[in-house]
Amino acid sequence: MIYDFFLKITGSNILASIIQSLLPLFIFILPFALFAVWLERKVSAHMQDRLGPMRVGKHGWLQTVADILKLIQKEDIVPNDADKPLFNIAPILVFVGSYAVFAAIPFSGAFIGSNIDLGIIFIIAASGFVVAGILMAGWASNNKYSLLGAMRSAAQIISYEIPTVLVVLTIIMITGTTNLATLSEMQTGHFWNWMIFGGPNFGIAKFIFIPFMIINFIIIYISTLAEVNRTPFDIPEAESELVSGYHTEYSGMKFAMFFLAEYANMFAVSAIVTALFFGGYQSPIGYLGNLFGAHWLIPIEQFIWFTAKGIFFVFVQMWLRWTLPRLRVDQLMAACWKYLIPIAFVNLIIIGLITVL
Amino acid sequence: MALKTEEMILNMGPQHPSTHGVLRLELELEGEIIIGAKPHIGYLHRCFEKHCEAMTYPQVTPYTDRMDYLASMYNEFGYALAVEKLLGIQVPERVEYIRVIMGEFQRIASHLVAIGTYGLDIGAMTPFLYCFRDRERILSLFEQTCGARLLYNYIWVGGLSHDLHPDFINQAKDFIKYFRPKIKELNDLLTNNKIFIDRTANVGILPLDLAINYGISGPNLRASGFKWDIRKDDPYSVYNKFDFEIPIGNGTMGTVGDCWDRYYIRVLEMEESLKIIEQALEQIPEGDVTSAIPKRIKPAVGQVYSRVENPRGELGYFVMSDGSVNPFRVKVKGPSFVHLGIMNELLKGYMIADVIAILGSIDIVLGEVDR
Amino acid sequence: MKSTEEIFEILKANFGESILELVAAVPVEKFIRINQLEIDKVCLFLRDDQDLLFDSLMNLSGVDDANGKKVASENGDQIISGGTLSVYYHLESTKYRHKLVLKTSAEREKPDIISVSNVWRHADWHEREAYDLLGINFLNHPDLRRILMPYDWEAGYPLRKDYKNPEFYQGMKVPY
Repeated sequence: MIYDFFLKITGSNILASIIQSLLPLFIFILPFALFAVWLERKVSAHMQDRLGPMRVGKHGWLQTVADILKLIQKEDIVPNDADKPLFNIAPILVFVGSYAVFAAIPFSGAFIGSNIDLGIIFIIAASGFVVAGILMAGWASNNKYSLLGAMRSAAQIISYEIPTVLVVLTIIMITGTTNLATLSEMQTGHFWNWMIFGGPNFGIAKFIFIPFMIINFIIIYISTLAEVNRTPFDIPEAESELVSGYHTEYSGMKFAMFFLAEYANMFAVSAIVTALFFGGYQSPIGYLGNLFGAHWLIPIEQFIWFTAKGIFFVFVQMWLRWTLPRLRVDQLMAACWKYLIPIAFVNLIIIGLITVL
Repeated sequence: MALKTEEMILNMGPQHPSTHGVLRLELELEGEIIIGAKPHIGYLHRCFEKHCEAMTYPQVTPYTDRMDYLASMYNEFGYALAVEKLLGIQVPERVEYIRVIMGEFQRIASHLVAIGTYGLDIGAMTPFLYCFRDRERILSLFEQTCGARLLYNYIWVGGLSHDLHPDFINQAKDFIKYFRPKIKELNDLLTNNKIFIDRTANVGILPLDLAINYGISGPNLRASGFKWDIRKDDPYSVYNKFDFEIPIGNGTMGTVGDCWDRYYIRVLEMEESLKIIEQALEQIPEGDVTSAIPKRIKPAVGQVYSRVENPRGELGYFVMSDGSVNPFRVKVKGPSFVHLGIMNELLKGYMIADVIAILGSIDIVLGEVDR
Repeated sequence: MKSTEEIFEILKANFGESILELVAAVPVEKFIRINQLEIDKVCLFLRDDQDLLFDSLMNLSGVDDANGKKVASENGDQIISGGTLSVYYHLESTKYRHKLVLKTSAEREKPDIISVSNVWRHADWHEREAYDLLGINFLNHPDLRRILMPYDWEAGYPLRKDYKNPEFYQGMKVPY
């Protein structure tokens, strides 16, 4: 698809792969991060009875561009006693981790960075990479707040990966595939074919699945929220306790990379939830392209649907952030080990039984 | 063989987002558990007491504003009462009523900051801005009355700097009408939030006997279950003419004297303050507010300790006169200073995240701690 | 409710008259003067006696009485020599609602006063403050350090009437 297109233009495998891999970064992650930061500020502002940025551009839409320009100009401060090589690598590692996730996300039928068969497994593995970066940042900063933040973060992300994976397993059991593109294709048609509504198969099993799927969705949404360190699970960077956790000591562009990674991650987890439960890039109501017979329109429509769904879940994350207080670290662990994991296990077993029968 | 572990010393502050100013806490940690806490204060020390000795009595008033900058009205109130007691003068009734109205408005404003920043400490950003939105209206009332929004220099020894604005009473009534539903909104958003309760209930429990021994006063003492309010128990000014309740903590969500109780007392107190303001607005007499201001303040030799119920607790002024126009000694017993003394006792055994919850629930203003 | 005179009688019966003195001829507040080396025993009695129950220390304030001779030191500054430093204790009983003022004084050159911080923990920080600003040495205090001033402030005690600001502190100019 996209790859073949680039292959035709450049005539070289390597060039085509490079372009293809950079594509999501430039056409999606960077603009999205800019947009999401602006959105976050506007959403929070309107929830709090204020206006938010209003000066730069209409309703401040250029505010993040200005912020990024400011961050680029800032002095890059490395603390004297920091472990310099680790300190410099850490933001890159975090960014790479969250960027790599995008490789396997199916934005539309025609555009998926790398259509690998182990898509969802790859995503989970790649996002685990972020932990290493965060630990590195916390350790290398030689700051106790950073260290505490990093330790909390590592514990949190690793714990919450378990319920995520358990939920993913149930999906794999039902559909028999780990390829996200295939998974999205399976949920084609109308919204009742989405996994949250029991998946594409018909019959009594579909209706039995629905309540379990909703539970599954809630579990995965909570645990992905924790994995990207958003409120109420933002304890690794708990501003009022740990200043800002593992990136306390970072400034300038390195800080911007953490920032970018955070917003990229927000979309990535929303994309996973969308792909697994909400039909991926499939439209809930059919395509205009089919209606008009213009089939080239369909991938574009799919892209729009996918982004819209993703941004909706990002919006919900923001909504939660500006409404809820923050949990304490032990309560967070208790929520994971005492509630989410057992429920996810039971769900896994029940859905397994239903599938077998 | 057990692994060798050692405690970590963590310096919290003076630059830290939630030490409410420039407090430095030296925390001894084992993992995330606190095994010892040592507050270091004095970063904001401005020699208030030394300044006073070089000033005349009326000149001290603006300095008192700058102690507890969230409750300036009450600081002036307390100082004026102390000097009036030393001089033995009576002030007109209208002055007393206006002082009480301003004091109660100040209490609401101060509690709004306390509640808002407490939400912020726990991680809820939005209630903070709602609280500040409402506080803004009170500050506008103050601004209309005396021209200042934070440091008023309004309550003088023997009187007030200005009379009320002609429209003040209407606007104050409007505010009360506007503010009552906002308390309910706050309760819906923060007070009864499950996560908030989880974070604050059964945390930082302050037993009553310890509280009294440590001289804790105000909302923090009442949260421990002791009905003690200087406005009722040792009435000053015209507080004995009003009908209001003293809310006490009863461990609704956890144990008596926990952070949630201390937080909720403040919410309830705002309601009581509204009641007092309503009654005062009804009863306020006409009169002149500057007639009793002495031309020259020169008390006889002697000393007095006078106290008022500040939003944070018992604010005491010990004023000593040597018969000259300058006070010989002014000592302030600030509630924040006293409340900070118990931190070591309160923090032991809790986690870092609880430090913030406990510190926030105690509600200190570093301007008053350091003076 | 007991008046200062009644409390004085109770104290006199328990401690004898040698360490106590009632000062009633002052405006506004009467007080009882107590020997600086016995103050802790008296306070403990006041707190625990069933008829008095002064469970709360409202305030503790140190005062430089400045009642010594003013003399010129070698470098021409005026300093006070002799006289006393005093501490005022304001007590209250939350049960009986009575109040009491105590005063104790110590010589300026050797300002030793027994700490009451084991009677009321509240006194801890107030005594540290009095030590910090007036240089009153509280014996038996568990942790007598400076509290408001920097720990390495060497120019003396600011609230003493003859205190003079140093020129420099840590290389920074002090009077500005």
